[in-house]
Amino acid sequence: MTLSWSDPMFRSIVWQVVIIGGFAAIAWYLVSNTSTNLKARRIATGFEFLGRTAGIPIGEHMIDYEPSINTYGYALFVGVLNTLKVSVVGVVLATLLGTLIGILRLSRNWLISKLTASYVEVLRDIPLLLQLLFWYTVLQGLPAARQSFNPVPGVFLSNRGVKLPALNWEAPHLWALAAFVLGCVATHYVGKRADRIQDATGVRPRVWPVALGLLIAVPVAVWAALGAPWSIEWPVLRGFNFQGGLTVSPEYFALLLGLVIYTSAYVAEIVRSGILSVPHGQIEAGGALGLRQGVILRKIILPQALRVIIPPMTSQYLNLTKNSSLAVAIGYQDMVSIANTTLNQTGQAIEGIFMIGLLYLVISLSISLFMNWYNARVALVER
Amino acid sequence: MKRTLASAAGAILATALFAAPAMAQGSGSATIDAIMKRGQLVCGVAGLTAGFSLPDSQGVMRGIDADSCRTVAAAVLGDASKIRFVPTTTTNRFTMLQSGEVDMLYRSTTWTLGREASLGTEFASINFYDGTGFLVKTSTNVKSVKELDGATVCVQPGTSTELAIADYFRVNKMKFTPILMQDLSEIQNAYLAGRCDAYSTDASGLASFRSQQGAKAPEHTLLPEIISKEPLGAMVRKGDDKFFDVVRWTYFATLIAEENGMDSKTIDSFAANTVPEIRRFLGLEGDMGKQLGLDNKWAYNVIKQVGNAAEIWERNITPLGVPRGINNLWTKGGLNYAPPMR
Amino acid sequence: MSTTIVASSSVPTREQPSALAIGPLAWMRVNLFNSWISSAVTLLLLYFGVKWIISFVDWAFLHAVWSVPETAPGKLDPTACRDAKGFGACWAVIGDKYRFILFGRYPFDEQWRAAICIVLFIGLYVVSAMRRFWRAELVLIWIGVLTAIGVLMWGGVFGLLYVPQDEWGGLPITLIIATFGLALSFPLAIFVALGRRSTELPAVKLLCVVYVELIRGVPLIAWLFMASAMFPLFMPVGFNPDKLLRVQVAVVLFAGAYLAEIVRAGLQTLPKGQYEAADALGLSYWHKTLFIILPQALRLVIPPLVNTFIGFFKDTSLVLIVGIFDLLTAGKVALAEPIWQGYSTEVYVVLAAIYFVFCWSMARYSRGLETEFNKSRRR
Repeated sequence: MTLSWSDPMFRSIVWQVVIIGGFAAIAWYLVSNTSTNLKARRIATGFEFLGRTAGIPIGEHMIDYEPSINTYGYALFVGVLNTLKVSVVGVVLATLLGTLIGILRLSRNWLISKLTASYVEVLRDIPLLLQLLFWYTVLQGLPAARQSFNPVPGVFLSNRGVKLPALNWEAPHLWALAAFVLGCVATHYVGKRADRIQDATGVRPRVWPVALGLLIAVPVAVWAALGAPWSIEWPVLRGFNFQGGLTVSPEYFALLLGLVIYTSAYVAEIVRSGILSVPHGQIEAGGALGLRQGVILRKIILPQALRVIIPPMTSQYLNLTKNSSLAVAIGYQDMVSIANTTLNQTGQAIEGIFMIGLLYLVISLSISLFMNWYNARVALVER
Repeated sequence: MKRTLASAAGAILATALFAAPAMAQGSGSATIDAIMKRGQLVCGVAGLTAGFSLPDSQGVMRGIDADSCRTVAAAVLGDASKIRFVPTTTTNRFTMLQSGEVDMLYRSTTWTLGREASLGTEFASINFYDGTGFLVKTSTNVKSVKELDGATVCVQPGTSTELAIADYFRVNKMKFTPILMQDLSEIQNAYLAGRCDAYSTDASGLASFRSQQGAKAPEHTLLPEIISKEPLGAMVRKGDDKFFDVVRWTYFATLIAEENGMDSKTIDSFAANTVPEIRRFLGLEGDMGKQLGLDNKWAYNVIKQVGNAAEIWERNITPLGVPRGINNLWTKGGLNYAPPMR
Repeated sequence: MSTTIVASSSVPTREQPSALAIGPLAWMRVNLFNSWISSAVTLLLLYFGVKWIISFVDWAFLHAVWSVPETAPGKLDPTACRDAKGFGACWAVIGDKYRFILFGRYPFDEQWRAAICIVLFIGLYVVSAMRRFWRAELVLIWIGVLTAIGVLMWGGVFGLLYVPQDEWGGLPITLIIATFGLALSFPLAIFVALGRRSTELPAVKLLCVVYVELIRGVPLIAWLFMASAMFPLFMPVGFNPDKLLRVQVAVVLFAGAYLAEIVRAGLQTLPKGQYEAADALGLSYWHKTLFIILPQALRLVIPPLVNTFIGFFKDTSLVLIVGIFDLLTAGKVALAEPIWQGYSTEVYVVLAAIYFVFCWSMARYSRGLETEFNKSRRR
């Protein structure tokens, strides 16, 4: 075999070697420059700082955090949890709100469809940062803690956030929750079995009585069998702030509100175009078969619309997660905020930025993988 | 005139005798050489803090940090206007200094051991002595930080303030909820709206904020405790001792001028003065400037073009309603004490 | 039953049907009150809408403070604004600061240059939006206008005062970062998209995939910071490109990844027959790509391209974290002035309006184009 330029195989190998080699050379050049520069400037490097005591205060933490004991690494983990807390809830709410707006935009009521259209328009054309600042200002306009708004006993609404009564968590609750999760899995299989029977016989056995038992009766029974503990911690105004109970801080709430509303405008457009992509004839055909409205939505429109909806939706979910890094502007301590403080205290900027990048990459790739898996599931098998 | 000529001749002679080896390799300082070549001092400032460095409606940088930068430009280049201000953030200020993007920082940066030991940088002067304080609404009747147990405190992150507060509350066995916001105006709005019970930052910032409330100033009380020392000053890269000396002594020059009653308006009238220290200061005698690797009239330029420490203070900080206090000269009960120029 | 309807509609009022079939009343019945739930929603929305509009007009116009007296040269007395706080807007802050918000620290006497640049940018967008100019010459127009903008902003030639980049700010910065970012990342995006679709060069394909996924997986904030803080460390000692250039490089690389995906989508929507036809003609890869594929694919991607541009236009507000005074940052800095602290709402409303005008007109244009393309495709 002769090596000739007209051989496509040989050509492609040469090209690849040249291009990859070029990139490797550039990368090596940058890395060597960096290490020379770091040495010349006497800048400390390495990740030892992660094991040092943090000392930075963190306002909101899902796990126990004590600045005098915990390390920078742990503080960063607290930040990751805070980021996840806002993005997971944000993704769910943005999907719900966005779907609602998307459907309302197709409403026959002129006012509703125009209002939702301008909702989408206005929100998409103003930077998210400005919107976050706006929502935060709005939430600060709520009454002070002492004059807080008290719609239901135990629920307080003030500029210190929303205060809710909290259930004192005990072991039986955990068992009941486990029973509920098991119930969900079992219900899923019962549904599958019903599908099979329907396919075979044309008659669908009733699922809901079984589901009711699995999802509610069994967990309640477990809880009752373990002594049915039930004690609630009520928020009380003591000193400066409310003590006890659950808190939704205004910072978290403003960030969530901003992200959800901003993203919902994009989601609405995606949902609308998804629904419009289903030919009207399909819906009419369903009606002609005598199917009910709900069944048409579930069995005809959604499976086809989802195919169009899911890929762009994935990138919206990724955007929402990445946009949560604007949290620092309104005082919610997400992972970027904590990493920023860390690198400012330790002066180790490269490592700090590297950590931010790596953590986001992991979160983004996990979302992508999950959505791709889901997409593969809902995609229609074309013949 | 004759005297000037004579001193100039003396200076040339001195240069020829002592400074020749240094001249052969430039000023002996990489930073000064770079500034000379560029014809401009690049100074990192915050660009966001009233009184320290903030562009006015015309875009001109104003404030005590901006003026401190100008003194260095006047000393090195003989012209205070040959300066470029680079706004830096709390996050990128050190890397910008380390990477040589700015020659120095006057960015309300607190002098701490950690920053000198691990960042490859050092502090050359303290142009503002500050400390962490607390501001509360008068209506809460809080008279001391000790009464703030359980309170919510608004703090700007990325400063050493947050660490100081965390330490103070821990030592006193108190709890607090921090609200950390990057943006100064957002923190202040949050405090005014009642999101937090106390607003904590450098005492100077609190005093200025309070005085800006105009007729409503009495609604806010500055608590008596100052819980930390925050010496704010100039930061330069390690390893360039010449430039370090220039920055340090330029600051001392503004203090010495104030001690001797020289300011930008009166300095010309000191030309005939016979006090040796003043003559050395004005570059009429000796070779103080040359020893630093600068023009002999460097200190004169600083005072003539920018002003002495008192003028800089009155121009920038007095309008904010902050008393000079410990930032006064040592002779007036302050901490500012310049070593003799000889 | 049918007889009663006929009787009631035909006998007593002959004009009624026509009034209900056409005219505003009929329109309202069909579009606003077509069922009781629809009517209820309409009334509710109207009530809140009107209430909100009244309170906004009250705040923004009726109780607003338009200017404050000057006590001494350069010293404004904000007492009037302080008294109106809570129920009236203080537009005096805009009056004092609008030039700073629009142009940042650009030298005051030279700001006419920055203003011309804004006009040039808008002109460039308008020209690019017209189908008549969609020819190869458009590239020349872009190069010409962008050069002119560079000359105007920097100066140093033709007797213009040299203005270093650190002093640029406000709206021109926002426009520069977004426009240059898009213009420069476009060629990059095309190569990456082609590379990602390449079947013969698996290593190159892998490289492109890694680039796109890596860039898109990390927020722009992190890239900007890396560009601003790390870039000098990557470079040889003593080489310090200016801050805007570094941010621009970051934005170009960032935009490149997003645009590459859009271009790739355009390449995918092209029917396979086009590729096969070109191959059948015996065209080389580059001929096929340059003359057959790209001209068709790029037309298709213009609407999503404009949407991406809108995204970048808004995202430039993030350069705040590296200390560049773009439009949003300049607004925030204006608010740091002691006498104007606490009037953020007014400044934010103005900023939102500026962003909205730009983004909204571009979005409208992109939508119009989309429907037009879809029309021709459906035919």
